Amino acid sequence: MNALLEVRDLVVRYGAALAVDHVSFEVRAGETLALVGPSGCGKSSTAAAALLLRRPDGGEVRFEGRELTRLPERDLRALRPAMQPVFQDPYGSLSPRQRIRDAVAEPLRVQGRWDAATGPARVAELLARVGLDAAHGLRRPHELSGGQCQRAGIARALASEPRLLVLDEPVSALDPSVRAGVLNLLAELQETLGLGYLFICHDMALVRHFADRTAEMRDGRLVRVS
Amino acid sequence: MSADEPLLSVRDLRISFDGAEAVRGLSFDVHAGEVLALAGESGAGKSLTARALLGLVPRDAVVRGTVRLRGGTELVGAKPRTLAALWGRRVALVPQDALSALSPVHPVGDQIAAAVRSLRGVSRREARARAAAALDRVGVPAARCGAYPHELSGGMRQRAVVALATAGDPDLVVADEPTTALDPDLRDQVLRLLAERQEETGAALVLVTHDLAAVRDHADRVLVLYAGRHAESGPAAPVLDHPRAPYTAGLLASLPPAAPVPGRGRRLPAIGGVPPAPGEPAVGCAFAPRCPLAEDRCRADVPGPRRVGAAAERREVSCHRSADLPGALGELFREAV
Ligand SMILES: Nc1ncnc2c1ncn2[C@@H]1O[C@H](COP(=O)(O)OP(=O)(O)OP(=O)(O)O)[C@@H](O)[C@H]1O
Ligand code: SF4
Ligand SMILES: [Mg+2]
Repeated sequence: MNALLEVRDLVVRYGAALAVDHVSFEVRAGETLALVGPSGCGKSSTAAAALLLRRPDGGEVRFEGRELTRLPERDLRALRPAMQPVFQDPYGSLSPRQRIRDAVAEPLRVQGRWDAATGPARVAELLARVGLDAAHGLRRPHELSGGQCQRAGIARALASEPRLLVLDEPVSALDPSVRAGVLNLLAELQETLGLGYLFICHDMALVRHFADRTAEMRDGRLVRVS
Repeated sequence: MSADEPLLSVRDLRISFDGAEAVRGLSFDVHAGEVLALAGESGAGKSLTARALLGLVPRDAVVRGTVRLRGGTELVGAKPRTLAALWGRRVALVPQDALSALSPVHPVGDQIAAAVRSLRGVSRREARARAAAALDRVGVPAARCGAYPHELSGGMRQRAVVALATAGDPDLVVADEPTTALDPDLRDQVLRLLAERQEETGAALVLVTHDLAAVRDHADRVLVLYAGRHAESGPAAPVLDHPRAPYTAGLLASLPPAAPVPGRGRRLPAIGGVPPAPGEPAVGCAFAPRCPLAEDRCRADVPGPRRVGAAAERREVSCHRSADLPGALGELFREAV
């Protein structure tokens, strides 16, 4: 099966420091690859470079077969919707002043897919998809619980109709009693939409439960892939 | 004083801000040599309770109830002078945010020596020797005594904080873990270290954690809080293996299983809903809106702690239905998958 995301010899430097040292892995459609390792080992830097949120200092990133690292920003922009990040801090990933329904509608507008007639229904559908209702859509992030806010962030990511989600500690800021609900949602979305997940997580019990394969990093290097 | 007199007794502790109660009537004992975990979710009142054990509460908090040390010293409402005399000698805090506990402008060895000097009134030279020994005990080599906090790795810094907190051989150490404790390896390291020190000195240790899974490895007893109230307490192993409060059972059921459960795929039993917002009026059991067993009396009256099992176990459950709960409580939450 072809890889959705293929990373080869990825290098990220911060000044003289080598944060990501020739890292290679792939994520297939419908599969979860967990990226694990102690804090500071380079997981988030790897993810940011794989999403081209930051240009890598070396190596290749292929998305659906297409090499991205040398693409001009204009071409990347057309590809970005297909690869969406979901971050750890559910409040930080949404604009504090924006109502939830507007935050979810924004990718549609930005990507020129907003249609006044069908847009609101599409937003309602996305909210329902993640277990939120119209009333949640009228609120702002601080008026939602952490779990609801994380769901809203996922709805916003889904608005772009992604094929890959890069989940950077998506549940570690959530209350334990709320965590399982969000994980179930992620599992369900993956099964029904065939999404590929790059899942950054330091909870090994969770990784064993949730991921198909695991890539372990230490000091910027990949030490094991299973 | 009798041998089984608790080191610390907390009775009906209530902490409120602006009329909103965050800790709503907690009672528990801590015995010498015991490791007690205070477990619960964000906002459950763990940190407020833990800090009240040291007489440290926010300035704008109203505290009621009693927190009494063996020998009779009352910490609630104690004068700053009284508290200052206890800190480091009888009670000590290990904040898990090590940087906030250490001064950035002095070498760690000097900071510990200064603490030893003020606690023991020994000479400068003697204090320095004791500081080096204290650091050595927690695995920080003598050569690093002169290092500033920012020159140490995260793990070394945590060790230095443990050395600082335990330099005066306190009877009770309180370790508060922030919600964002990032590195689980580091956390385990520090907890093991604290447990070792505790075994050497016979002090009691109160661990604050939001992670029930960590409790089994590190605590003798556990007190599970929900929305500022007691949910369940007792010896760690039986509470975790056979929880008797619906909240504890739901929380444990929602953790990823150690081995895959056939036929369930990746779905986890989830507790529906969310914990109450801070200050939300407390009519009835705070868990009732999320509890699959809730009935009318749950929504009307607050359940108080009731003993279950043998008296020696000191196990209590706060649930109106504690007498008629089904055996496999976790199963109730499996439905919600
Ligand atoms: N200084 C303060 N002023 C007003 N409210 C406060 C203050 N400190 C704590 N609270 C409130 O008291 C409640 C309990 O807080 P506490 O810090 O004890 O929670 P916790 O169980 O330690 O949570 P966490 O796991 O997030 O650290 C919360 O609702 C919190 O918002
Ligand atoms: S008192 Fe009622 S609502 Fe509360 S935990 Fe027990 S059964 Fe559930
Ligand atoms: Mg806290």
